[in-house]
Amino acid sequence: MLSYSSLQLTSPFNHRQTLLSSAPRRGITSNDSYASVLPCRPRASPSLISSLPPVARSLPENSPAATLVDEAEQGAALSLPSPLRRELLPSHVAIIMDGNSRWARARGLPSSLGHEAGYRALKKVVEHSHKWGIRGLTVFAFSTENWRRPKVEVDFLMMLFERVLKEDILELTKDGVRICLIGDSTELPKSLQNLSKEIIEATKNNTKLDLSVAISYSGRRDITQACKSIAEKVKHGLVEPEDITESLVAQELETNRILEFPYPDLLIRTSGELRLSNFLLWQSAYSELFFTDTYWPDFKEANYVEALASYQTRQRRFGQRI
Amino acid sequence: MEKHSQRPEPKNLNSVWRFLRRCLFSVLSFGPMPKHIAFIMDGNRRYAKKMQIKEGSGHNVGFTSLVSSLQYCYEMGVKYVTVYAFSIDNFKRKPEEVGSLMHLMKEKIDQLLEEESIVHKFGLKLNFWGSLDLLPEPIRSAAEKAMVHTANNTGPVLSICVAYTSTNEILRAINKSCARFEDKTGEGSDPANSILVTDLEENLDSASCSEPDIVIRTSGETRLSNFLLWQSTFSHLQSPNLFWPEFSLRHLIWSILEYQKVYPYLEARRKLCQES
Repeated sequence: MLSYSSLQLTSPFNHRQTLLSSAPRRGITSNDSYASVLPCRPRASPSLISSLPPVARSLPENSPAATLVDEAEQGAALSLPSPLRRELLPSHVAIIMDGNSRWARARGLPSSLGHEAGYRALKKVVEHSHKWGIRGLTVFAFSTENWRRPKVEVDFLMMLFERVLKEDILELTKDGVRICLIGDSTELPKSLQNLSKEIIEATKNNTKLDLSVAISYSGRRDITQACKSIAEKVKHGLVEPEDITESLVAQELETNRILEFPYPDLLIRTSGELRLSNFLLWQSAYSELFFTDTYWPDFKEANYVEALASYQTRQRRFGQRI
Repeated sequence: MEKHSQRPEPKNLNSVWRFLRRCLFSVLSFGPMPKHIAFIMDGNRRYAKKMQIKEGSGHNVGFTSLVSSLQYCYEMGVKYVTVYAFSIDNFKRKPEEVGSLMHLMKEKIDQLLEEESIVHKFGLKLNFWGSLDLLPEPIRSAAEKAMVHTANNTGPVLSICVAYTSTNEILRAINKSCARFEDKTGEGSDPANSILVTDLEENLDSASCSEPDIVIRTSGETRLSNFLLWQSTFSHLQSPNLFWPEFSLRHLIWSILEYQKVYPYLEARRKLCQES
């Protein structure tokens, strides 16, 4: 166990010191059902899902699509970098892609180039996630607070979002990636709103990877809109006040409505900032957090492997004793 | 022969130590000081195992560590301290362990109300956040009595989260917001315009406290485990790799120095992020 001395100049919150353990990983793994400890919708366990509205999509056995998925999963296992183990990978990874502007400033470049570089890094992470069999990826592209940035930067970002959605849609569809958008779309430019709807419709049947992009998103507003939705249902007599439970709240969150695995197992934040900044507040109640000093445009495969390897060593207890 | 050098009495040593601390805190206060620190006191049992002492003793040592940390925080001028004492999830542990933790909690709540305790020393106001109705009656009564007893205190605030999870806290806030909405409107008003982010905030257990500036989780685990999810959204998260009973003054000072290092950036982001 490491403890920091008064001479240590690095942050105590130093994941590079969280070394890969040679001891077997104990605790509840990401593939176990943790419905009994989580307040909200569980994953994967048939006995638990039966009491809740079906959300997970499943393929009929022996269908050509099911065969393709099995083959793809086997292929994914074979392409894993060496410290990673398929059965210990998280099902859902969330990423706060922070540091584009600072990356650009450090190089004497305009922030727009930082965002472009950030997009290239995102493409690579989507590719790796897809290759390694991670089923859900949620990225924080633009928060409600980001609207206060300079107009020039905001306009550029909106244009960038439109451009990448147009350019990469074919590739994403071919790779079986399903695109979802979470956040307040009413604040987005009309053209981006329309394009988003087209993309969502075009990729809705894809099953390899759920890529959820949070644009104009706020975790607090997500919970508030869930509250409004529940109040509406109570007003119309669809729900009794005494039936308002954590499960019901969870079902009304944006992520629950569209993602197969709405709760991230691992949440990564780049650029050295140690906070969650209003991202997936409810959903990350039990997420393992990984913080790295690397700026987002510099986040490469090795960094991603480091984060996933760190996740593999974590002992997830959900308040219980192992 | 005269005894020309006698051992200083412990009282004198305490005074010297207190004086040194005051000097140290004065230096520290040249930088920005946090107003609210939250602790996830993790690692009591693993500490007991490491020190090869009885399992329950880890929690006792943890309580001592808590009282020391509270003393240092309040001497430094920290106004609010929040601690995660017992989660709703912890009820799923073995009944013997839950029973022993409940017993310990009752004992420590009673101890906090004694004359010589830190509550009287600093004029603390005590809050107990959580679904207190889940607690056995003796502990619930003790908690309620402690809150009533200290309600008029004007000193720093100690908030103890017991039978608490953040999602449960948010759920209770949602229930209150929905109930108020129904009371307010009777004839068809739109929830979309009537329920705001601030409505939920006002109905959280933490409504009377500022948001934590720092959240410290000991034992090296880097997750929030359903603690202050709403309130810690802009907090500086720290995860020192030591068990809670080992957390001492030098770790607290390091924590504050880390906070002071990033404070200008944090404060700029916080101002930018004030939600209407």
